[in-house]
Amino acid sequence: MRGTDFFSIPGFSLPDFVPALASRLPQWPYAVALTAAMNAALRIGVVPKEDIEALEGKTFLIDILDAGARVCFTFGNGIFHPSFASPERADLVFRARLSAFLQLAARQEDPDTLFFKRELSIEGDTELGLIVKNTLDAIEWPDLTALAARPILKFHGFNLETAVDH
Amino acid sequence: MKRLGIPELVCPAGGLPALKAAVDNGADAVYFGCRNDTNARNFAGLNFTPKTMADGVEYARARGRRVLMAVNTFPRPGREELWRDAVDAAADFAVDAVLLADIGLLDYASRRHPKLALHLSVQGSATNYEAINLMHREFGIRRVVLPRVLTLDQVAHIVRNTPVEVEVFGFGSLCVMNEGRCWLSSYATGESPNTLGACSPARFVKWENSSGQTSTRLNGILIDRWTDDERAGYPTLCKGRFEVEGETYYAFEEPTSLNVLEILADIAKIGVSAVKVEGRQRSPAYVAQVTRVMRAALDALERGADAYRVDPAWTAELAKVSEGSHATLGAYDRPWR
Ligand code: SF4
Repeated sequence: MRGTDFFSIPGFSLPDFVPALASRLPQWPYAVALTAAMNAALRIGVVPKEDIEALEGKTFLIDILDAGARVCFTFGNGIFHPSFASPERADLVFRARLSAFLQLAARQEDPDTLFFKRELSIEGDTELGLIVKNTLDAIEWPDLTALAARPILKFHGFNLETAVDH
Repeated sequence: MKRLGIPELVCPAGGLPALKAAVDNGADAVYFGCRNDTNARNFAGLNFTPKTMADGVEYARARGRRVLMAVNTFPRPGREELWRDAVDAAADFAVDAVLLADIGLLDYASRRHPKLALHLSVQGSATNYEAINLMHREFGIRRVVLPRVLTLDQVAHIVRNTPVEVEVFGFGSLCVMNEGRCWLSSYATGESPNTLGACSPARFVKWENSSGQTSTRLNGILIDRWTDDERAGYPTLCKGRFEVEGETYYAFEEPTSLNVLEILADIAKIGVSAVKVEGRQRSPAYVAQVTRVMRAALDALERGADAYRVDPAWTAELAKVSEGSHATLGAYDRPWR
C-alpha cells in the first residue's frame, strides 16, 4: 500500500525463449538467494515463532513459469535450506509468472485475486499453502519505501505525519 | 469518521497489516477476530493474538477509527469458556462493539459487560424486524448485520421498523444460503463455519492440475473443474457445478461477488447505518484496494446523491479482485423472493 503508492508492477510475460534458456542453468543459486533472504527475515523476528512451527520438515517448490526457474527449499530446525531433492515431491507448489510473484511480494495484489484470475496455482497441501499465505500477510515489513522517501519529503517541506496518515 | 447520512464503512482485517491497510485507505471502522474458533474466519495463520490486537486497536484509535470484534461462531458444548473469554477480551480492549451470533453469548455479554455495545452478527440470521427488536429488548443490541438474502425494499422495511442500526454487506464473496445455518461444508467435511469457524477447511481441499484444466475436490468430492480460461472461485460446495437431471451447472449459485456501488445512494437514502466489506481471509492488498474504492464512492455520495455516478474505474478495480466472473447486486435486486 504505502509502498505501492510509489510504483506499480504491471502484469507482464518474459519472452518465450527465457524459460528454455534458464531451465538449462543450475537452479540452486535462486534457492540459495531466496532461502538466505527468508532466513534473514526470520532473524529480524518479523514472523512469530508459533506461526513457523507448522512449516517444520516441509518441502516447497516455487515455479516461475516464464523464467523457467524452479526454486526448491525445505524448512527444518528453524531455518530454510535450499533443497536439491526432486521437486516432484514438494509438499507445496506455487506456480506463477514472474510478474505475479513480484506483485505478491510487493503486496500489490492479493493471492486470492491472482488465484481467481488463474495467474497463481497452488498444488499439494492446501492447508500448508494457507498457512504460508496468512503468515506472509501478517508480517509487518519495516516500511523501507517510506524511510527512503523521508529525506526527499522533508527536503520539499512536507509535513510527514499528515502526508502519511489521513 | 462517519458522516451524517453517509453509512459507516466497515472493513475486514485478518491481520495487523490488513487493519492498517483498511485504516490508511479510509475505513471508518475495522472488524477482526481472535485467533481461535470463536470467529467465523478461523483459518490457519489468520486473525489476531492479544499482542497484535492491542497494536491494532491502538493504531485505529489513534486515527479516530472504530474497532469491532467478531465473536460470531456458536459455542461448542463443554467449551463455552473460550467464547466467554473472547467476549471478556473484547471488553478489556474496550472495543467499540462486539459482533455476536449466539443467544447465550448475547445474554452473557449483556449481563457481564453492560457497557459493551453489541452487534448482532450476520451469523445470527435475523431477517425480520420482530427478531431484531426482540434482540434489542432482551440484550440491548445496537446494530444488526443483515443476511445477504433480503431485497432493498425488505431492508428499508426493517430500517423503518426498528430502533436498531442496520448494517448491510456492500462488497465481497457471497455466502447466501441460510447464513448461520449452512450445512453444506459439514456434509462434505464434518466441519462448518458455525462449529469450527471455517467453511471448507483447507486441509480438505485439493487442487489438481492436468493439461488445460484444474479440478477442485473437497474431501474427495469433485466440486468444480475449470478450463484455463475460466475464472476460479472458492472451493465451497455452494459454488460447485453439479450434475442435476443430466445437466451440469452451478446448481446452488454461481461464483460471483456482491457489489452494491450501483445502489449505494439508495442504501444511504433508506437509512442504512453501515456498509460492510467481506474478506477477513484476504490479504492487505485486497483490503487496501476495496477500501479505497468504497471510500471514494461514499465520499462521492456525500458530495450529493443526485450527482452520484459509479466511476468505471471503481467497477474495474472491484471486478479484478472478485471471486468468479461477474459481480451481482445479489438479493437486493432479485425479482423473486
Ligand atoms: S457452503 Fe457456501 S453458503 Fe454454505 S457456509 Fe460455505 S460459503 Fe456459505
